[in-house]
Amino acid sequence: MSKGKKAPLANVIDTHQHELLAGWLDGMLSRMVRRDAAAEAEIRQQAARFLPLLAQSIEDDPGADIGSSAWDDTRQLLTEISQSRVRQGFTPIETANFIFLLKKPLFGYLRAALSDDSQTLVEETARVSTLFDDLGLFTIEVYQKSREQVIMRQQQELLELSTPVVQLWKDVLALPLIGTLDSARTQVVMENLLQKIVDTGAMIAIIDITGVPTVDTLVAQHLLKTIAAARLMGADCIISGIRPQIAQTIVHLGVNLEDVITKATLADAFIVALKRTGSTITHAKHGD
Amino acid sequence: MLRDLTSMSRTAGDLTVVPLHSDEDVVRLRKAVRECLVSLGFSLIEQTKMVTAASELARNTVGYGGGGESHVAKISDGSRHGVRLSFIDHGPGIADVALALTDGYTSGGGMGLGLGGAKRLSDEFDLQTEPGKGTVVTITKWKPF
Amino acid sequence: MEHIPILKMGKLLLVTIQVDMHDRLAMALQDDLTERIVKDRASGVLIDISALDIVDSFIGRMISNTASMAKILDARTVLVGMQPAVAITLVELGLTLDGVITALNVDHGIRLLQEPDKKTGRAPSR
Repeated sequence: MSKGKKAPLANVIDTHQHELLAGWLDGMLSRMVRRDAAAEAEIRQQAARFLPLLAQSIEDDPGADIGSSAWDDTRQLLTEISQSRVRQGFTPIETANFIFLLKKPLFGYLRAALSDDSQTLVEETARVSTLFDDLGLFTIEVYQKSREQVIMRQQQELLELSTPVVQLWKDVLALPLIGTLDSARTQVVMENLLQKIVDTGAMIAIIDITGVPTVDTLVAQHLLKTIAAARLMGADCIISGIRPQIAQTIVHLGVNLEDVITKATLADAFIVALKRTGSTITHAKHGD
Repeated sequence: MLRDLTSMSRTAGDLTVVPLHSDEDVVRLRKAVRECLVSLGFSLIEQTKMVTAASELARNTVGYGGGGESHVAKISDGSRHGVRLSFIDHGPGIADVALALTDGYTSGGGMGLGLGGAKRLSDEFDLQTEPGKGTVVTITKWKPF
Repeated sequence: MEHIPILKMGKLLLVTIQVDMHDRLAMALQDDLTERIVKDRASGVLIDISALDIVDSFIGRMISNTASMAKILDARTVLVGMQPAVAITLVELGLTLDGVITALNVDHGIRLLQEPDKKTGRAPSR
């Protein structure tokens, strides 16, 4: 397929692929803190896959708009590499260096190739520079998102371990919440609660927030949605342990708790729950 | 009719077209959407929300749009995967979009096009309509990698 | 065409919805139920949706309508077995299922129907 004159960058990569790879890998490997065979092998493989993809993308899109479809494969590979580096504990810079360390050897060959055409050299250098900046930034962005994902996943796992639903009595469950509630955490916890309600057939769930220092609108809305969902399912919820500060916040936020039974303490809530499920508390007579 | 929604390149990997002319088609669509979501690893709640939204919109297409089709597409924008569902009909269109988007859920009937609901259940919502020409509703749900 | 089976349990009727409902099936169910309520002099109807993983506004309306029809025929309706994911989605959708009482499962539903009707003070179903 003839495309007329190929972009200089694509030319350079095609002509000097071996040497480029060598120079690039040298730069990356010499910076590695821990050099083990598996990590080295992986970097070699990634670099070897990247160069031809880069060349192809440049050929298809000399304008280097990395958001366009000509760069899909290249972006895909960079995404894989970034995500793998997150998992292995690389820093963001180490991850971005995959791109940046290719600049030096590349410019070297570019200079040589265009030594008699300084006009084109200047233009091409500027374009390649911009391209590498874009690619490098993309790598860091993916790295960041990936890291966030890992953290979120770990948080979720911690959540499921740390918020057990307790069966207080026949038909009565309690969910003592401790610590700061954020939107994601609240959602997971509430879903677990609803599932437990189904599993145990409990008619009342007491959500105790004594251990929660603050509540924001999102969290309050999640609580309300959970209660609404529980009611739709045929159960009901009582909120207990609302501290004075939280009561104030709730009123200031304009959250409507009219429909919801609230009690100051878990104990009070328990008594209400017992009554509603048809039990009563009687005191045992002391033996005379 | 379908405006180009790509600000940044998004590849549509798999695309399934489901005709929507009958109730059985709505059931078929729900299965197709469910399978798509499961294959991308969406949680049960996310699946339920999206399949429910799809069911609402599909019923609209059949009931108000005079029949049409749905496009179920797996999409990706480089750092996350998702599902994009389009509901296309060449029916009467929606005359008052603002009204249609307000919640008309009354328990016993009423218009309740469910557009507001579908919007709440998905991450992205787009509506294009022209009275007399038809309607295209598109909803998207993303799953971070 | 298939009909959804209706079980008689004393004065109660139990309907278990397990398939994806479409218009004709829903209509058939409503017809069958109203007929049976009269024929069996049923005072309560239990609709079990524990097998449904999706409840959209169509099904919601069908359930509401059924409850309304049953009420006119002097029978109470209880919806049981809603899955958590469905409940959460319905809350998000804004569907409130007015006029429908819910219970966690069939046992709870039966207990509910055996209590006197709080509004009318009617005697419980036996």
